[in-house]
Formats: sequence, structure tokens, C-alpha cells
Amino acid sequence: MNLFVILKRTFDTEEKISIANGAIAHDSAEYIINPYDEYAIEEAITLRDTHGGEVTVVTVGTEESEKELRTALAMGADKAVLIDAEELDHSDQFTTAAILATYFKEQEFDLILGGNVAIDNGTGQVGPRLAELLDIPQVTTITKLEINGTDVKIERDVEGDVEKIETSLPLLVTAQQGLNEPRYPSLPGIMKAKKKPLETLELDDLDIDEDDVEAKTKTIEVYLPAKKEAGKILSGELNDQVKELVSLLRSEAKVI
Amino acid sequence: MSKKVLVLGEVRDGELRNVSYEAIAAAKEIAAGGEIVAVLCGEGMSNHGQTLLHYGADRVVLAEHALLNEYSTDGYVQALLQVIDQEKPEGLVLGHTALGKDMSPRLAARLESGLISDVTSLEKVGEEVIFTRPIYSGKAFEKKVIQDGLIFVTIRPNNIPPLELDESRSGDVSTLSVDVKDLRTIIKDVVRKASTGVDLSEAKIIVAGGRGVKSTDGFKPLQELADVLGAAVGASRGACDADYCDYSLQIGQTGKVVTPDLYIACGISGAIQHLAGMSNSKVIVAINKDPEASIFSVADYGIVGDLFDVVPLLTEEFKNVLVKS
Ligand SMILES: Cc1cc2nc3c(=O)[nH]c(=O)nc-3n(C[C@H](O)[C@H](O)[C@H](O)COP(=O)(O)OP(=O)(O)OC[C@H]3O[C@@H](n4cnc5c(N)ncnc54)[C@H](O)[C@@H]3O)c2cc1C
Repeated sequence: MNLFVILKRTFDTEEKISIANGAIAHDSAEYIINPYDEYAIEEAITLRDTHGGEVTVVTVGTEESEKELRTALAMGADKAVLIDAEELDHSDQFTTAAILATYFKEQEFDLILGGNVAIDNGTGQVGPRLAELLDIPQVTTITKLEINGTDVKIERDVEGDVEKIETSLPLLVTAQQGLNEPRYPSLPGIMKAKKKPLETLELDDLDIDEDDVEAKTKTIEVYLPAKKEAGKILSGELNDQVKELVSLLRSEAKVI
Repeated sequence: MSKKVLVLGEVRDGELRNVSYEAIAAAKEIAAGGEIVAVLCGEGMSNHGQTLLHYGADRVVLAEHALLNEYSTDGYVQALLQVIDQEKPEGLVLGHTALGKDMSPRLAARLESGLISDVTSLEKVGEEVIFTRPIYSGKAFEKKVIQDGLIFVTIRPNNIPPLELDESRSGDVSTLSVDVKDLRTIIKDVVRKASTGVDLSEAKIIVAGGRGVKSTDGFKPLQELADVLGAAVGASRGACDADYCDYSLQIGQTGKVVTPDLYIACGISGAIQHLAGMSNSKVIVAINKDPEASIFSVADYGIVGDLFDVVPLLTEEFKNVLVKS
């Protein structure tokens, strides 16, 4: 089976956010594989181990994204592809999906997996956009996946309800937490990953003209939420604290 | 310049979701005096059509087909494309719900348009509409515009106030018999977990429990408080993973994103993935026995203490004052 995972390098979950020159400051940040993409990688590796085939991880990013691709290889993916889009000044989900679609149109794939959302921009657009551009079905926020030949049975999370779905390959799915427990790269895994193929493609290699993938949206401002005044931690006898809280909620916050 | 804006009405368990009314309010800003056309998919929707008129839509199109009675990505995308082809809107607004998240990017790809997802507010600056949305799990916000073409956005539930209900409003409700075929994903079964009652994403007050609740029974005092306040009960992933409650109650990045007027967090530490789902709440109360818990850093009011002491007292006190008023 030809399994592909689309992944994104994101800020570490715990990273503090600051603004420099009107944009999110990137310099000192720690980066990780977007956590929801890790579920996708884990699922792809498990599927390959059951059904045979190959797992290729693909990212649209910059040279720095090599680190996250190597981590995916260390987890057990077979090949990695970095589509270097450093030269693009403005990109958005339209851009990323268009670049990925150009790449995938030249590939033979059975299943493409991704995370249901990236924890930085949080749009969840790239997966479904890509599925549409490739004219294949999609199932988003999946928590269970079973493949039998080309038949696919899926459970997906729909705001807490579980939807049981049947579909077939080729297919794109996006992972929700609960799909599996991603493995940590093992030491031998990390050693092996160094020798696994990592291909870098420039937009030119894909015959992509910058104008054709130009962002459709523009960010005009990035800001941090107004610092909340430190909350009032109540003190005194518990009974009095409770009375005070109720009174504050009614008279000060006016929410009751 | 005025614009024609399309809004997709979303029906869940036979009821229109509030986010559809909020979408009409957002559409009104974008439309700048232009027509607001609400779309409903499926059969037997004309009553809901009337309600959307009462909430500010100027006209309703019912995209009817038996295959649209249940949501599917392919079915809804096909139907919407046909409505868009007929109406040629310049704006499109959906809720940032499971449905909106699933179909909007696909539709945007087909229309080769931009899409601004998970909008929490919008403002008019001259001719331009500027959309605000949270990024980095709510640690920052960005303001975005669509450069040209269709103004396509999904809005986060419970953030943009709906227009006032006006039952005297009327308008044309027409049926478009759409062609829907070759659905590639088939829903075999839906296991309904979401408890009946208030939809968490629409709730005005939420009482949420975390691992500190310690057991299924531990949720009882929270439920009692919720009953007194007419609130919904929610939970952290910690409580769900420990099997104290169902995953349908989960609030956060993986679960539901909520913006109530009042959020009472009981025995929740305040991990970033949890905050991503609730930090936009208007007023946050934290009850936790650990004074260092991060939940206190987003709380407006906090009580450091054992939730099993605090919550029952709170319930009693609310009972007292609410009966009196
Ligand atoms: C990819 C990913 C996605 C995630 N998505 C979500 C999500 O959507 N939602 C979510 O909530 N989490 C999510 N998490 C998990 C998150 O990181 C935390 O593990 C989780 O929120 C912790 O739940 P908790 O606060 O209930 O438990 P804990 O962190 O264990 O906190 C329990 C708290 O209860 C307090 N306590 C204990 N006993 C009492 C008592 N008797 N009275 C008062 N206080 C008491 C303790 O002091 C402590 O602060 C996600 C994690 C990952 C990796």
C-alpha cells in the first residue's frame, strides 16, 4: 500500500508566544511535529506493518523542517519529501494545498493521512482542500481505521458523537486524538533514519509558478490578547468565600 | 458596495443551531445592505426557513434531496455548488462546527477561493471587512482579510451576537431541486453520545470537571450546581480519559470549543489544550486545591480548595439567592 502522511512543523505546544515586527517571533522557539500529525504518522506505520507497502512523509516548509521529517523517519516512516517553499512571501492554506496537489498528481497513492488541525494556525483546511483538488473522498477527525482490500471502515468523532463510515481507497483522512498512541522514536530508529531517503523539491522542480499559488487571504495584524487582570483569588472562611463569589458573579461580573 | 451573501443553515437533531443565526448576523456585516440568502439542505426544511427569515435572512433557498437528510461531505458540497451556481454570491458564511470544518475547505478548493476559518469577530473598515481569529491555541489573535473574490468564512459558535428575532419578518422561500449522486462515503451508523439538553458550544453557563472530580459519582455535585444555574456540564480530557464521563463532554482543542458567559472549572489543571477550548469565555471561575494550577492564570475568580467542599456550598448559595430574586 502506498501510504503518505502530510505533516507540519509547528511551535511546541508549551511555547510562549511573543510578537516581533508585527509577526509571531520565531527565533527562540522549540519546534515539534504538529501533535495531530503524529497520530497520522503512527497510523500509517501500523498500516504498513499490517498490509505492507511504504510510508512517505511530506511537508511543505523550509530547510528547517528536515528535523521534523527525520523524526518521522525515526518513528518508522520509509521516505521523506521536503517541498521547500521558502521563496514564497505570502502563503496560506490555498497555497499549501495547491503545492501538495501538484506533488500528489505525480504520485501513486492509496491513502493520504494528516492531522485534523495544526496547533499553530488552527484552520484544518489543508487536508480537505487537498482531497478536493485530487478528487478523492475524505473523512475528517477519525478515531478508528480498518482497511480490507480497498474497502475502508472508519469511526469519526463528530462533536462527541461517533459516526461509523464506509468508503474506499484512494482516500484522505485526518486524525483526531484517540486514533492511537504515537510511538517515540527509538535509538536504533534514530540511527536508521539518518540513512533513509529525504528528498528536497523546489517549487521549480514541480513546475509551480509563484503567481498560481499566491495566497487568497492576507494577515494584516497579529496581536496578543489584552493581558487579563490577575484574577481575584478569594480568601477567608470557605463559607464567606462562596458567598463573596456568588455576589461578585451577580453584581460585578453580572453573569448570573 | 453591497454584496449578496449566502449562509448555510445547520440543523442538528431537528433543530436549527444558534450558530446559523450568528452566521446571518456576520453575513449582514459583510453584505453591507446586500441580500442575505439562507440555504437549508434536506427535505422538510420550510419551517426552519421561516425561522431564518425571522433572524434576518432576506430569502431562503431549500436545497432538497433525500440524500441530503443526513450530512455527507460529497452530498453537501454538490448541493452548495449548485446553489452557488444559481445565486452567484459574493460572500459565504458557515459555522465553524464539525460540519463547517469538514466541508468548507473542500468547497473553497473547488471555488479556488480563500477561506478564513474560526472567526470570532469581524469589523468594517471602509469597504473592507476584517476578520479576527485565534491562533496558537488562543495564545494570540490575527486579523485577516480576503484579498479578492468570494468572502468565505466560518464563524466560531457563541461569539458573534445574533440579530434580534423578529417574527414579523417575511421573505421568499424557494425550493431548488438539486442533483446529488455518487456519495463516496456512506454513514452506516451514528452512536449518539452527546447528552440531550443544552449543546455545550451554545451554553451560556458551563460547569466543567477534571481529573480532580475523581469518579463518575464525583460529577454529581457538578450536575447539581449546573441544574440550579441552568448550565451544561463539560469536562477536561483528563476526566474523559479516566472514564469519569463520556468524551462528548470534552472541552478543548480536541473536544468542543466553548465561549459561555460563565465557565466554572472544577478540579481542572488548565493545560494549554484545555485552555484552547475555553479561554475565550467571558468570565472564568476556577476551583482547585492547588494554588499553583495554571487554570488560575486565566481565571477571573478563584477559590483554592477541595471541590467537594466548595461546589455543594456554591449550589446552596445560588439556590438561596436565585430563589430570593
Ligand atoms: C494532542 C493533544 C490534545 C489534547 N486535547 C485536549 C482537550 O481537548 N481537552 C483537554 O482538556 N485536554 C486535552 N489534552 C490533555 C491535556 O494536555 C491535559 O492532560 C488534560 O487537560 C488534563 O486534564 P485535567 O486538568 O482534568 O487533569 P490534571 O492535569 O490531572 O489536573 C487535575 C487537577 O485537579 C486538581 N484537584 C485534584 N483533586 C481536587 C479536589 N478534590 N478539589 C479541587 N481540585 C482538585 C489538581 O490540583 C489538578 O490541578 C490534549 C493533549 C494532547 C497531547
